[in-house]
Amino acid sequence: MIKCRKISRGKSTGELIVSNKPLSFLGGVNPDSGVVIDPHHDLSGQCIKDKILFIPGGKGSTVGSYVIFQMKKNGTAPKAIICLNAEPIIATGAIMSDIPMVDSPSSTDNLINGVTVEVDCNKGLIHILF
Amino acid sequence: MFLTHDEEKMCNGEYGDTVRKSMDILVALGDIYGAEKFVDISSAQVSGVSYKTIGQAGLEYLEDLASDKSGYATIPSTLNPAGTDLDNWSELGFPADFASKQTDIVNAYGQLGISKTCTCTPYLIGNVPRFRDHISWSESSAVAYVNSVIGARTNREGGPGALAAAIVGKTPLYGFHLDENRASTLIVDVEADLNGADFGALGYAVGQVVGDGIPYFKLNNVPTNNDLKSLGAALASSGAVALYYVENVTPEFDTIALSNEVNDNMAVSTEDIKETRDKLSTASGYADLVCLGCPHASLEEIKDVANFVCGKNISNELWICTSINIKAAADRMGYTKMIENAGGHIVQDTCMVVAPIEDMGYESVGVNSAKAANYVPSMCGLKVIYNDFENLIKFD
Repeated sequence: MIKCRKISRGKSTGELIVSNKPLSFLGGVNPDSGVVIDPHHDLSGQCIKDKILFIPGGKGSTVGSYVIFQMKKNGTAPKAIICLNAEPIIATGAIMSDIPMVDSPSSTDNLINGVTVEVDCNKGLIHILF
Repeated sequence: MFLTHDEEKMCNGEYGDTVRKSMDILVALGDIYGAEKFVDISSAQVSGVSYKTIGQAGLEYLEDLASDKSGYATIPSTLNPAGTDLDNWSELGFPADFASKQTDIVNAYGQLGISKTCTCTPYLIGNVPRFRDHISWSESSAVAYVNSVIGARTNREGGPGALAAAIVGKTPLYGFHLDENRASTLIVDVEADLNGADFGALGYAVGQVVGDGIPYFKLNNVPTNNDLKSLGAALASSGAVALYYVENVTPEFDTIALSNEVNDNMAVSTEDIKETRDKLSTASGYADLVCLGCPHASLEEIKDVANFVCGKNISNELWICTSINIKAAADRMGYTKMIENAGGHIVQDTCMVVAPIEDMGYESVGVNSAKAANYVPSMCGLKVIYNDFENLIKFD
């Protein structure tokens, strides 16, 4: 069980997709497919749709908040977002889109690619399931 | 963050879903930036208006919010420039499908109680906070102006954050709302005598050095409000400046500005200004389209152009961008007729950065704004020529 801070409400379970690089949603993710298209990002070519996205934070244009909303509308959004340190672009986008989001996890040791976790924003907890 | 009883009710959805979502955004921003509580605000200025920037997603978000009748701006609030002249888009050659989407966006904001005056200079048209008022503004050039020239208190908000603040009438108390964060960080000795587009060049050069710091200018000459408008817009585009001081000119230059010891200095010479002006151009000669009014022109700036072009024939396309309010005043003063008779246009609601000018057949744009010179190549993919307006307009 990992403690964290609620940014956006909700609770979701899914498979982790992890990067140690900040992500710009504007220009960095295709909102029609949910695939990361920034060629310099280590998730380039991978799909974040229905995953639990764990990244350090966001970067780039504030229009990125609207791109997250577009992904939610298109059904290509991640199920939840975990950031090391939330910043306004992703935080605002997650709240606008009703995507559960937390930051400041107390430990990151078990937050690795492919692990299934439950993110409970309201309690501020991440459970490693399997 | 500490929440009052009423703020907790807003967060719990007792005032409707739009208020709940707005509070969620503001509480998250407050937590991220370490705010301890909210402060009441007297004004908001909301960016994220052009269809070119927020797109279909932005339109759908706003229409969702507007469909909840409980969500409505509770304080005077104005909009940033749109992607078209909302009334005269057809005559000016804007694409019809783009104009239709743009109208839908502005109407959604209108349903949310935001004034549909689309301008980056709301301080020229009645959205004028008082000295030391807490406000939530998101247009970066207007943030620089209102913090620096008026002495109100705002952070550089994002569009959704400013909209949320307009709806709940509050913003988290941190950053530039607190006097302890408003001391200058860099003294700038300007040795050059400045005129016209020199102010934009100064702002551009200093913004690159100071980043998100607070410059304190010592100028040889006393700037006008139009000069300060250009200076702040440039500082906020090459850097992330939210506040600057000008010695003997702007509020609190002799109190809060110097409340901490400043160890960083820079000097700006006549040669530095000339070099920056040259660097801001990516082409030479005359541009196809001359676009003035970044930030949106004041009545005095329009008068100067009207007098310059009166009785002549302009051979390149000329737009002067401004708000609907200033345009109405220019109409009444006869400036619009003088400019139109010479072949130019006063364009309302929009500007060269957020309009789809790259789809309208232009290749190069002449500007007297360092902010526009900074953004036009990247946001529109067009060449840019930076100069005073007298040197940009070509006559037959």
